[in-house]
Amino acid sequence: MASESHETHEYDVVIIGAGGAGLRAAIEASAAGVKTALICKSLLGKAHTVMAEGGIAAALGNVWPEDNWKVHFRDTMRGGKMLNNWRMAQIHAQESPDRVLELEEWGALFDRTKDGLILQRDFGGHRYARLAHVGDRTGLEMIRTLQQHAVHKGIDVFMECNIQRLLKDGHKIAGAFGYWRESGGFVLFKAKAIVLATGGIGRSWKVTSNSWECTGDGIALALNAGAELIDMEMVQFHPTGMIWPPSVRGLLVTEGVRGDGGTLRNNSGERFMFRYIPEFFKAETADNETEADAWYTDKANNRRTPDLLPRDEVARAINAEAKAGRGSPHGGVFLDIASRRPADYIMKRLPSMYHQFMELAGVDITKEAMEIGPTCHYAMGGVRVDADTTATDVPGLFAAGEVAAGLHGANRLGGNSLSDLVVFGRRAGQYAAAYAKALRAQPLVDAGEVEQVARELLVPLTSHGGDNAYAIHAQLQECMQNNVGLIRVENEMIEALDVIASLKRRLPNVTVAGGRHYNPGWHLALDLQNMLAVSEACTRAALARKESRGGHTRDDFPSTDERFAMVNVVVRARDGELTLSDEPLPEMPDELKALFEEAH
Amino acid sequence: MAAVAERPARPSTEAARSDTVTFRVWRGDASAGEYREYTVALDEGMVVLDVIHRIQATQAGDLAVRWNCKAGKCGSCSAEINGKPRLMCMTRMDTFERGQVITVSPIKTFPLIRDLVTDVSFNFERAKEVPAFKPKAPDPDGKRRMHQEDVDRVQEFHKCIECFLCQNVCHVIRDHEDNKQHFAGPRLFVRLAALEMHPLDTNDRRELLKARAGLGYCNITKCCTEVCPEHIHITDNAIIPLKERVVTEFYDPVAWLARKLTGRDRRRGIVE
Ligand SMILES: Cc1cc2nc3c(=O)[nH]c(=O)nc-3n(C[C@H](O)[C@H](O)[C@H](O)COP(=O)(O)OP(=O)(O)OC[C@H]3O[C@@H](n4cnc5c(N)ncnc54)[C@H](O)[C@@H]3O)c2cc1C
Ligand code: SF4
Ligand code: SF4
Ligand code: FES
Repeated sequence: MASESHETHEYDVVIIGAGGAGLRAAIEASAAGVKTALICKSLLGKAHTVMAEGGIAAALGNVWPEDNWKVHFRDTMRGGKMLNNWRMAQIHAQESPDRVLELEEWGALFDRTKDGLILQRDFGGHRYARLAHVGDRTGLEMIRTLQQHAVHKGIDVFMECNIQRLLKDGHKIAGAFGYWRESGGFVLFKAKAIVLATGGIGRSWKVTSNSWECTGDGIALALNAGAELIDMEMVQFHPTGMIWPPSVRGLLVTEGVRGDGGTLRNNSGERFMFRYIPEFFKAETADNETEADAWYTDKANNRRTPDLLPRDEVARAINAEAKAGRGSPHGGVFLDIASRRPADYIMKRLPSMYHQFMELAGVDITKEAMEIGPTCHYAMGGVRVDADTTATDVPGLFAAGEVAAGLHGANRLGGNSLSDLVVFGRRAGQYAAAYAKALRAQPLVDAGEVEQVARELLVPLTSHGGDNAYAIHAQLQECMQNNVGLIRVENEMIEALDVIASLKRRLPNVTVAGGRHYNPGWHLALDLQNMLAVSEACTRAALARKESRGGHTRDDFPSTDERFAMVNVVVRARDGELTLSDEPLPEMPDELKALFEEAH
Repeated sequence: MAAVAERPARPSTEAARSDTVTFRVWRGDASAGEYREYTVALDEGMVVLDVIHRIQATQAGDLAVRWNCKAGKCGSCSAEINGKPRLMCMTRMDTFERGQVITVSPIKTFPLIRDLVTDVSFNFERAKEVPAFKPKAPDPDGKRRMHQEDVDRVQEFHKCIECFLCQNVCHVIRDHEDNKQHFAGPRLFVRLAALEMHPLDTNDRRELLKARAGLGYCNITKCCTEVCPEHIHITDNAIIPLKERVVTEFYDPVAWLARKLTGRDRRRGIVE
C-alpha cells in the first residue's frame, strides 16, 4: 500500500531529542567521528530546555571559594532523600564545572562577578550560591549555544520528526521509526546506537509547567523496547507556578525569585515557611527572620532561609497553608519580592518574570506580591541507566537528561537539571559512539515489523469510533491531577488506574479530522498512547511505595519508612503488561558515606 | 447583594455573546485556502493561543499551529493577528474590543505549510553560513574574565527567541522573494552583532557582512525593532554598528584586528 511506504536513513548514532541533553550528546558523538543524526519534534532550539530560567548548578567556587564537588554531591543526595544513584551524583558534581566552562568556551555569556568570572546565585537545597545563570533565561542561553555549536559540526538535524517506535535485531537496537509532522510521511532510521533525550512527562497533569512535547515518549519507547524504568513515582511539583488567570495556571515562576530574596507569605502576611522546617534539615535552616535574611550576604555565620528548602518541602507547605484557609484568593499563597528588593534590582535579575507577570497577569512584581501554587514540573524517575555510560539494559540504547533516572533520587534540586543535561548528554554521546564503532555490522531491521508499525500509526485517521483525542487528553490530565498529584492516597490511585484503563480502551475509537499533512489531532492521538503508558507506570509505582519521600507524598503513609529507604521501584513491560519490583540501590563506598557524617 | 439581584435580570443572549469570541482563522495549504469562522467560549485572562487551542479541541482538531512554551520564551507561535505580527501566546484577549471578530493568519514572508504553520527553514539555512564563535586564549590562570558592562550589550542580542517576526516584517524579503538569496535579514544581523561584539571572539566575518548577508539592502526602516517581542534594539544596537564596521574595517584591517585583540571597539563606546 502506497500510504505505508517510508523513506530510510542509515546512521551510526541516532539521537532522539534536541534539548540540552540531545544537543550535547550529538556534539560528542559527532566529535568521535561517527555518522550522527539528531531528531526532534519541534523546530531546532524550541525544546523544553529553552524555558529553563534560574540557572545551571556547578561548584565553580566563584562566589563561595568554600564550595567544591563534595558539597554539591552531598546537597544533591540529601535533596534527593538519599534515593539517588550515588555514582551519578558523584560524576555530576565532579564534571559540571567543566561542562559550564565549556559552554562559555562555545560562546555562552553568563552574568559576571565583580572580578569578571561567572556569577552564581542561591537556589533551594544548595549550600552555597552555585547556579551559573543569565538573568532568568539560562535555558535559552544554553540551548542557543549548543544549537549553534552543533550546527557547525555538520550533524544532520531532522526537525519536526516524531519517533514512534524503537526497532531491534534480536536483543540489540537496530533503528527507530516515526513520521514527519509536516507531510505525515513515514521515516525509518537504521542505527547502531540510539540515545534517548526526549525530556519530561508533565503533559499528563492538568497544572504543569511543561510544553506540549513533554508526553514521556522516551519512557514509552524504552519500555516497549524492553528497558527498565525506576523511580516513576517521583514527580516533582514545583512550589511556585502561576495560578491566576486560569489560562496561565502552571506557568513556572523561577526559584530564582526566592534565591534573590523573595519570600513566601500567607494571607496574613506571615512568612509561614518557618513553621515547616523538617527535622532532616533543622540543623542547617534558619529558624527566625533575622538570621534568614542575613544568610543572603553572610553564609558563614547564618543558616539558610526556609524559603529555600528543597522543592518537595516547600510545595507541601504551600499546599497545607492553602488547605488551612490561609491562602491567597485563588487557592495559592503569596510570593513577595516587591517589599524586599529595589525595583531596578528585580528588573535586572528577573526580567522575564517581570515580563511574564506584567503581560499575562497584569501584575507588577516590583510593586505587588505574586500569587503562586504548586505545578507539575519534573520527572525524577525514568529510564534506568548505567551511571558511567548512560547505557540502558538494551544493548545499543542509551538515555540522558530528564528521560533518564537516578541522579536526582526522590527530589531534584533546582539547577541540577541543566547540569545533568550537559554532563550526561556528553557521556551518552561518547559511549553511544564507542558502542557503534565496536559493532561490526549494521543490525538488521525487520521489514515486516516496520509495515506493522506503519499500519498501527494510521489507525486514528481511518477509525470511525467518533471519540475525540483532545477530550481524552483532558480527562487524563484531570485524573492525574486529582488522583496522582502532590498528595496521594491508595483508593484515589486505584481509581486513577481504572480511569487510565478505560481511556486506553477508548483510544482505538479516536477519530481524527483531516489527513496526514501537519495534523495536530493525529499527533495527539498518537502521543496519548505514550501519556497513558507513563501515567500507568507512575501510578503503579506510586501505589507500590508505601511511604512518603521527596516528591512522593502519601496521605496514608505520611512518614518515611526504612523498608523503602534503600530500594528503587523498578517497572518493566512484559508481554504488554507492567511488572513491578523493589530492587536495592547501589551501595555507596565508605569514603563518600563519610561526607554525610561530618558536620556540614 | 445588588450584584446577585442583577444577575438573573441580564438577558441571556447578551450573557452568551459577552462570554464568547469569534475568530477568523486561515485554513489551507500552499495550493488553496480560506478564512473560516469559529466561535468559542472565552474565559478570564485568555490569550489568542488559548482560543486557538479551544478551537482545536472542540471544532477543528486538525487546525495546524506551532507552540511550545506558552510564555513568550520559545518563539514558536508567531502569527499575524488582525494583520499585526505577534506571538499568539503573549497577546491577551482583553486587549481587543468585546465582540470584535479577530483574524488570525500565518506569517506572510515564509511559504505556507498548512493553516498557521509556515516553512521557516530559510532562517536555519542562513544561520549555517555564519562563521562560528572562535574564542581567544584564556587568561594565564586558565580562567576567562569578562566584565558585566562588556557583556551587557551582547546579552541583549542573546535574548532573541528566534520567533522570526522581524524577518517577517522586513520589507526587503517580505515584498521581494528574490532578495532572500542576498539578504540574511534582521534576525541574522542580531546574531552577527552578538558574535562581532562578543568580548572573546576572534573570527573574521567581514566578507559575510559585506557581501553575502546583504547588510546594504537594509535602509533602517526600524520595522523589525518595532515587532521584536524581546524588545531588542535591532536597528540601533545591531544593524547600525555593523554597517559602520563594514565601512571602516573592510578597508582598514588594522582597526578590525585591534578590536579583535582587545575585545573592544576603538571607535564606539562600550555601551551603545
Ligand atoms: C519553566 C521551566 C524552567 C526550568 N528551569 C530550570 C532551571 O533553571 N535549571 C534547571 O536545571 N532546570 C530547569 N528546568 C528543568 C529543565 O529545563 C528540563 O528538565 C530540561 O531542560 C530537560 O532537558 P532535556 O534535554 O532532557 O529534554 P527537553 O529539553 O525537554 O528536550 C526534549 C527533546 O526531545 C524531543 N522529543 C521528545 N519526544 C520525541 C519523539 N517522540 N520524537 C522525536 N523527538 C522527540 C523534543 O522535540 C525535544 O527536542 C526548568 C523546566 C521548566 C519547565
Ligand atoms: S530596519 Fe532594515 S532589517 Fe529592519 S525591517 Fe527595516 S530594512 Fe529590514
Ligand atoms: S530579533 Fe526579536 S523579532 Fe527577531 S527573531 Fe529575535 S526575538 Fe524575534
Ligand atoms: S509558545 Fe513559546 S513564544 Fe509563544
